This record gives sequence, structure tokens and C-alpha cells, in this order.
Amino acid sequence: MSKREKLAEDPQGDALSVQGLHYGFSGEEPLFHDLSFTVKKGEFVSIVATSGMGKTTLFRLLAGLLVPGSGVIAVNGSATAKQNAVGYMPQRDCLMPWRTVQDNAAIGLELQGSSKREARRRVLELLPELGLEGTELKYPHELSGGMRQRVSFLRSLLGGGDLLLLDEPFSALDAMTRTGMQQWLLQVWEKHKKTILFITHDIDEALLLSDRVLVAARRPITELQSVEIELPRPRTYETVLDTRFVALKRALMEQFGRLNHAADAGRESLESIRPASSRSTRVQGGASG
Amino acid sequence: MMTSLKAKVPVLLFILLLAGCWEAATNLFDIPHYIFPKLTAVLESIFDNANVLGKHFVVTLGEALLGLAFSVVCGILSAIWIDSSALARNTIYPLIVASQTIPIIALSPIMVMWFGYDLGSKIAVVILFTFFPIAMNTADGFRSADTEIGDLLRTMGAGKRDLFMKWKIPSALPSFFTGLKMAAAISVGGATLGEWLGGESGLGMFTKRAANMLRGDDVFAGVLLLSFMGIALFAAAQALEKTMLGQRRTMKS
Repeated sequence: MSKREKLAEDPQGDALSVQGLHYGFSGEEPLFHDLSFTVKKGEFVSIVATSGMGKTTLFRLLAGLLVPGSGVIAVNGSATAKQNAVGYMPQRDCLMPWRTVQDNAAIGLELQGSSKREARRRVLELLPELGLEGTELKYPHELSGGMRQRVSFLRSLLGGGDLLLLDEPFSALDAMTRTGMQQWLLQVWEKHKKTILFITHDIDEALLLSDRVLVAARRPITELQSVEIELPRPRTYETVLDTRFVALKRALMEQFGRLNHAADAGRESLESIRPASSRSTRVQGGASG
Repeated sequence: MMTSLKAKVPVLLFILLLAGCWEAATNLFDIPHYIFPKLTAVLESIFDNANVLGKHFVVTLGEALLGLAFSVVCGILSAIWIDSSALARNTIYPLIVASQTIPIIALSPIMVMWFGYDLGSKIAVVILFTFFPIAMNTADGFRSADTEIGDLLRTMGAGKRDLFMKWKIPSALPSFFTGLKMAAAISVGGATLGEWLGGESGLGMFTKRAANMLRGDDVFAGVLLLSFMGIALFAAAQALEKTMLGQRRTMKS
């Protein structure tokens, strides 16, 4: 809890601020229109949306791979389109088959001008805590899906700034591996004090991991509904059995249904859901796990 | 090493079997030597003419290697050009593909008209044979580079040079080696054809001359050595591929 209190004292600590974002592929209905949202430093925020909403496009915009039609994307308070300000972890692991684990993870450091030796040294230091000890000389095809995702994560961790964009990183993994990876991600996040923006279509996953969930359910996305997840940390897989978890899940799913409905009904019903930051009632959590 | 040797045992035995059949059939049916010489006569010819054959072997190998080297350099440069320029991709690349339909053998005499009866025309014919597989495969390799990996490197601040060195080249290497292996195997054919069209030395010239004299055993001796050269060049390209690509050759995702 202490971390969150500290954040509250520092209102300027926005890791990411998006203002009036507009983007669409030419000849198509825009994906985002006048979209604004912020992510605070050290926050773990999930974006939950149905497929085809442009989640991945949003990430490509945030990572600087696409240029917004209009609007401002500021990372760590700086709106310049400087690259490597964010660590982008794509949905597929995208490991380079010609590089070993250590060289895959070290690519970001290499590109920033570190010597190969120095880059490898830093990777080797981090391998044990990522559960990759002893794999440094292996090639990606020799690893399991979960391990490949860990290498991909380590690459993002070392390659970018303090903001990590994780695009459905666990969607291709089987349920058992996935549970383990979620636990692991929480541990790494708590240790490294990074800011994480996480895309998922799995509400359970979003609730289990996040401080806040942003919900988008209609196209074009003009607003992301923010829901605070005040569940105690550390969270374990037992958390999903907690009554507060279930209540939150129900609330979120209702909101989803309502938003989907609202897509037909019109804008008024959308506006009736106020952003969570201005809410007075929050689901409070005690100790658990 | 042991396992790779073990895996080759069946094919070696099969070659021995074929050799046995060759020798037995030529003896049994009393086939004239100018139609199909005995295997022993061919081997005898190789040993008797070892000096001459050795000299011709080196000449042909030199032509093949020089032509191959030129094709590798120009093929890679063309592929880079095709990959980096949309104009080249839309103009040069289709032409290269279409030019594959030209019968190279028909084109080869022109090389003699341009470069004379010396080394130049032989190398030119080898290039005719080997440039296309290398340029095409390398260009395809560049094009098939995973764009998501390229994007990812860009988010980490990779510049044009970084992208080329750390993404494009490693991505294209497997296709390049596919092209190189094809080119290595057919380069000997190109050199032989170049020698047929007119020349003073080389195994191609040797076999042609022997054929004119109806010396079947000498023709087969030359042909055996030419095939050996082709196999050796292919094996060399494969060995190079193995050392360059190492572990990842086994990768299939």
C-alpha cells in the first residue's frame, strides 16, 4: 500500500499521457477519436477490449511505430517522438532465431550503444530472477513457449524506458503456464518498479494483475472507462476465489455488456459511467493470500 | 560425426551396388566401349591420364569458382538494391524473374562473341548460370524478413544501418545459402558448356575431344570428375552454411 500512497503525493508522475488522440487507417472508420488517458508512474494498468478494437494499433502508436492523425502522446512528460522511451513486448515473442537467449535479450542494450560484452553481462545478471538461469547459450527454438515469453519480456525490460507495453503476452500459452507467468510478472514488476500497460481480453487476468483496468467496448474508442482494482497485494491465484474479486469481475462484465449495448443505444449511456478517478466508492481490500 | 557417417552407409552401399551392376552388365552383354565403357576401363583411363586430367580439372574448377564468386558479389548487391529501392523492386526484380525463361544455353554462344575464346567467355557462361539463383533467393530472403522483428528493433531505437546488419542480413542468410548451393552445383555445368563452345583446356574440352574420337572410357572419366567437382562445390557451400548458421539451421517454428 505504501507505494500507492507515495504515488498519490506525486500527481505529476505520469508515465504516459495521451491527449486528444485521433487515428484511423485511410479509407476506414477511425479507431480512436479524441481519446485521452493517463498512466501513473509505477502503475500496472490493463486495457480490456474485444478483438478488432485496435488495441495493437494503440500500442504501435504509443511505441512510436505509427504517427497519430492528431493528438499528443507524452511518455515521462516528454512529447517528443523519441524512440526507445518505451519497452514494447509484442504478442508473438518475435525472438530472433539466429541469436542465443542472451543475445536476444541484449539487443536493446546493443542498439543503445553498449558493448556486446557489457550487454551480455547485464543480461546474465538478470537471467536467474527471470527463471532463465543456464539458458543463455540456447537458441529460441530450444525453449518452451513460456520461456520464450520470458526472454521476450527481458528484452523489453532492458531495451526501453520505464514504461512497458505488453500486448497480450500470455495469450498463446496454455492455462497452467499462464498462471505461473502471471505470478512471475507480478514479482518482476514489484521488484523493478516499472510502469506496465497490459493488453488482454481476459478479464480474470486483468483483475489479477492490475491496479486499474481500462475498458473499451465501442468503436471508435473515444473514452476508456477506468476501474480501480483495490485488491490487496501480493496477489496469488487464490485471489480469484476472493469474494471481492468475484464482485469486481461481475461489475466489469456488466459494464462490458452495458457498453456493448450502449454502442447501439447512443452516447448518453456511455457518459453516465464516470471515470473511476472521480468515484467515491471503491472496492476496498484487506489482507489476503 | 559417427551418426552422420552411419547415415551415409546406405547410399555408399547403393553406389557400390550400381558400380557392380555397371561392370557386370558391360561384361555380360559385351557392350562396345564407345557406347558404354566398362567401369574398370574408365578408372584405368583416370589413372593413366591422371596428369592431364588433373590440369584440366584445375582449369574447370577455376572457371567455376571465379564465375561463382562474381555471381555471389553481384547477386548480393542486386538483392540489396531490390530490397532497398521500391523502384528497383518494381522494375529490376520482375525482369530478373522473367529472364529465367530465356534458355541460357542458347545465350551462351553470345558470350563467346563478346568475350572471345579465353577465360572470359567461360566465366561469363558460369555467371549466366549462377547469378539468378543467388540474386533471386537472396532477394526473397530479404523480403521474407519478419517485419514484426524489424518494428520491435525500431522501437528500441534501431537505425537503418542497425536494421540492415542485425535484422535483414541474418534473416536473408538461409535463403542466400539455398541459392549458393544451387549455384555451386550448376556452376560446373556452366564451365563445361563454356569450354564446349570453344577452348583449349578444361574437362569440358577434354570430354568433347574424347567423344569426337569415340573414346568412351575417356569421356566417362571426364564426366565422373566433373560430377565429383559439382558434388565437392555443393558440399563446400553446405559446409559454409553449417558454420555460418550453426545451431539455428535446425530451427523450424
